[in-house]
Formats: sequence, C-alpha cells, structure tokens
Amino acid sequence: MEIYVCIKRVADTSEVEIEVDRSGLALEEDDFSWDINEWDNFAVEAAVQLKEEHGGNVTAITVGSEDDEEVLRRALAMGCDQAIHCSDPAFENGDAWEVAQVLATTLKGKALDLLLFGAISADENRGQVGGFVAGLLDLPLVSLATALKVEDGKAIVQHEVENGLERVREVDLPAVITVQTGINEPRYVSIRGIRKVGSMEIPTCSLNELRLTDESFGASARRVRLEELRLPAHGDGAQILEGRDEEMIDKVVDFLQEKGAL
Amino acid sequence: MVDVLTIIEDVADDAAELANAARSLGDANTSALICGGSEQDADQLASLFDQVIVFPASADQCWDAEWIAACALPWLREHRPDLVLLQHTNNGLDLAPLLAAKSGRPMLADCFTLEFREQELVATRSVYGGKVHAQVVARQSDNGHLATIRPGAFSAETQASSTGAVESAAAPQGYQARRRCLETLTPDPGAVDITQAEILVGVGRGIEEEDNLEMVRDLADALGAELACTRPVVDKQWLEKSRQVGTSGLTVKPKIYITVGVSGSFQHLGGVKGGPFIVAINQDPAAPIFASADVGIVGDLFDLVPLLEEKIRERKG
Repeated sequence: MEIYVCIKRVADTSEVEIEVDRSGLALEEDDFSWDINEWDNFAVEAAVQLKEEHGGNVTAITVGSEDDEEVLRRALAMGCDQAIHCSDPAFENGDAWEVAQVLATTLKGKALDLLLFGAISADENRGQVGGFVAGLLDLPLVSLATALKVEDGKAIVQHEVENGLERVREVDLPAVITVQTGINEPRYVSIRGIRKVGSMEIPTCSLNELRLTDESFGASARRVRLEELRLPAHGDGAQILEGRDEEMIDKVVDFLQEKGAL
Repeated sequence: MVDVLTIIEDVADDAAELANAARSLGDANTSALICGGSEQDADQLASLFDQVIVFPASADQCWDAEWIAACALPWLREHRPDLVLLQHTNNGLDLAPLLAAKSGRPMLADCFTLEFREQELVATRSVYGGKVHAQVVARQSDNGHLATIRPGAFSAETQASSTGAVESAAAPQGYQARRRCLETLTPDPGAVDITQAEILVGVGRGIEEEDNLEMVRDLADALGAELACTRPVVDKQWLEKSRQVGTSGLTVKPKIYITVGVSGSFQHLGGVKGGPFIVAINQDPAAPIFASADVGIVGDLFDLVPLLEEKIRERKG
C-alpha cells in the first residue's frame, strides 16, 4: 500500500502568553516552541500502523520553510519510509488553498492508495486543506476519522457525524481521510530515534520545481488574506476572583449556594 | 441584493441560524438546499427562506457529503449564488472544503461574523483554539464565495417571514457512490447520562495525569454532580466517551457547570447549552473559558479543587 501523510509544524501556545506583534498580522513568536500538529501526529501513527499491517510505503509531506524539516524527521523516526519537503520561502505566505495546490501538484501522478491528513490544525483551526486536496485530485473524502482499517482494497472508516454520533463508512481507494485525535496512541519519539534518521536524505521541491502556475500559487491565486489578529476581550462574562485561595474558594461556594447547588 | 444559498444539514438544528446569517448580510435573496427530509421539513424551510430546493436523499439515507456535492454543483453552476453558507459542524466540515474546491469559491471557515465589503467577504474567526481572533478577507471572485458559520454564533430565533417556493430537483445522472454508509453507531444505552445532570463538573487537559482525576471526582461527589470532560481526556482513555461534552461529544444543559483545567475551546463549549452558571478554574489567564464563564479563578487547580471540595462539604454540614 502506498500511503502519503500530510503534516504541519505548528506553534505550541498552551504555555505561553500570546501577544500580537506590531504588524497586527502575526504573533510574537519568541517564546513559542514548535512541534508537529497534534492531529497530524495521530495521522502519522495511523499511516505507520497500516503499513505495519499491510506492507507498503509511507511518505510524509510538509509544505513550508526550512525550519519545517524537523517534523519530517520526527515522522521518519515514527516509521515513515520517506519524506518530501515542499520548501520555498514563498510557501510561508500561502493560504489554505495555495497549500492544497502545492500538495495536489506534488501528489499528482503518484501511485497512492491512501492520503491522510490531520483533521484540523492547532493554529489556524480551519480544517480545509484535506478537503481541498480531495477536491483537486477528485478523490473520495472522509473527515474526522476515529477508526481506520483497510479490507479488500477498501478503507473502512469510522468517523464523527451529527449529534455526537459516529458512522462507519466503506470508501473506495484511493481516498483522502482526515484523522481525529484519539484514533490511536501515537508512539513515543526519542531524541535518539530522531538522530538515527538524521542522515536520511529528504528531497525538497520548490515553487519553481513544482512548476506551479500563477493560477495555483502566488498573489493572483491567493483567495484569502489576513487583515488583523487581535486578542479577544477577556473576562467578558467572567468575574475573575482575586485574593488568597481560601477567600476565592469561599466566594465560589457562596455563588454555588446562591444558585442552589448546595 | 445578495444571493445566498444555504445547505441544510438538520432543519430543526441549523436552518434558523443559517437564515439569520444570510439575512445579516443585508438585502438578501435566500435559498435553502436540502437532500431528503420530510414534507414538514420543506414547509418549515419555506417559512424561513425565499426558495427551497429539495434533492432526493442519498441511496443510503445518510448525510453524504459526496452526494450533496454532486447534487449542489450543477445547481451552483446554473444559478451562481454570491454566497454558499453551511454550518461548521462535523458534517459541514466533511462537505464545505470539497464544495469550495469543486466550485472554485474562496472559502472562509468557522466564521462568527460575516459581511460583504464591496465584492469581498470579510469574517471574524478564532485561531489558536480561541486564544486569538482573526479578521480574514476572501477576495472578490467571479465564482462567488463559500463560508461555514460557527453553530450558535448567529441568532436561532425563527422569523417566519417568507413563504418560499418549494422546488423538487432531480438527482444527478450517473452518480457512482465512492463511499457508502455501513452503520451509524448508537451510544451504549447503559452508559452514564450526563445530558440530564443539573450540575456538571467538567475536567480538561489541565488535569495533566489520570491519577489526578480522583480529586475532581471527589469534588463532583461533594456536589452530587456528574463528571464530564473534554475531548483530550477521552482521547487518553481516562474517561469514557459518554462523558465527553462538545461538538464531537454530547450536548448538555446543566444549570451549573464547574470547569477544572478546561481551556474552553469552541468545540467543547459548543456542547454546553441552556446558559448555565459557569465557574472556571484554570491556571492560564488567557484561556478562552474565562470569556464564557460567570466566575473565574486563575490559579493552581491542584490546590484549589481539594479546597473547594472541603469547603462545600463544610457548608453542607
């Protein structure tokens, strides 16, 4: 089985104080740590597990700048067989549609059975790129997979649908599947594991090498632009309690009593 | 006059919000497209929209993004509405990008405000799990635009203002299904039912380790509350799926909701309805939960939760 898994490096903002920079179009990144997008990590694990069961090849792809190579190394350390780095300074400015164009162009003509994505990314929270690529390559798509297996040349996918329900679908291959977190338990990646794949060559392809036309990438292809980033007004509704722990907790208990909880 | 086509997933759930979102754009001609549905559904849509287009349901009777796309695309090519609107739900996520790609429409996802500025579509949406808001602009497009709206962001009040025409449309010719519904899984009937609880204690990623759940359980016990949680807690298999609140979990309507280490992503809060009194305990002052909560404490939950349990037991006597 030929499996491709598209991954992205994102900022981990869980532990940092977020600030918008002076341009109003980006965040202050000095304190950010970077890692593979959480959803994509599950997608890589799903790909590697399928290969372990059925044989074949897993290729990890990312679109971005030089710094993004580290997530490909990580994917190789998890068991991907090879990686492709669509790397060009221009790619950093691409919107979701342009990223999808880069991926679709890279994948066009390649023999592939399954194309996996993380269902959304922790930074942009759009959940678009997988569906765009499915549309561009005219492949069937199933989003938000919570279980995935391959039987008799078809994918059997369980995925999240309406009202907290899940549905099982059979999908013809080749197909695009976007993966929800929790689908598996991604394996641990040690520093030693990453060092081991440090010498593996990762082919790159640039904007020119992909022969992307003006309709596919660049100013005239760009469909969506960012106009402003801002921090939402905090504590809109919340009365933030102050004081020692005891005092704050007493206040909370007062509120709970008032609301009839006790 | 802006021409808006909405694609309906569930008439009772999303039709009013989509109609109101479409009307919020100004002088709008609104249409609703639905695949399947009953006669009552069509009637209800006709009371909300200027025009209703009913396509047949997919062969397996399930919501099927590929089928709906196959129905909608020829219609879009013929009628060229300025904007296609869907809800940003799980099913919406399955359909919208596909439809945008195939119809050549610039797409904005998960919008909670939406307006046309000249020929461009401007929206506000959240990024970084709700910690940052982004204003984004989809450029002018001869093909029109497509957007998904955040459930709950637009009014769900029904303004039965229209008496729309209902039109049956023919199924696409030669459609070959590439994905088929085998089964829709129903939840385990023996599982705990958090949807009926009046008081919920919700626990999120901030709990850090499975062993720490005990103190949250104790707090719930002290209150006679049910324990609920966010997605990451279920992903780690620390709690059962039947306790997960959110767009990919259950919808709850408690009177009081105490959250512990819950960041307050829209995916989680999307499952909290009925306007409960929310108390939030989180160490991150920038956590979006504080924007939705009534009372917040920024601090170490490992100190605060046992203290809260103790004080509740004391007060109860």
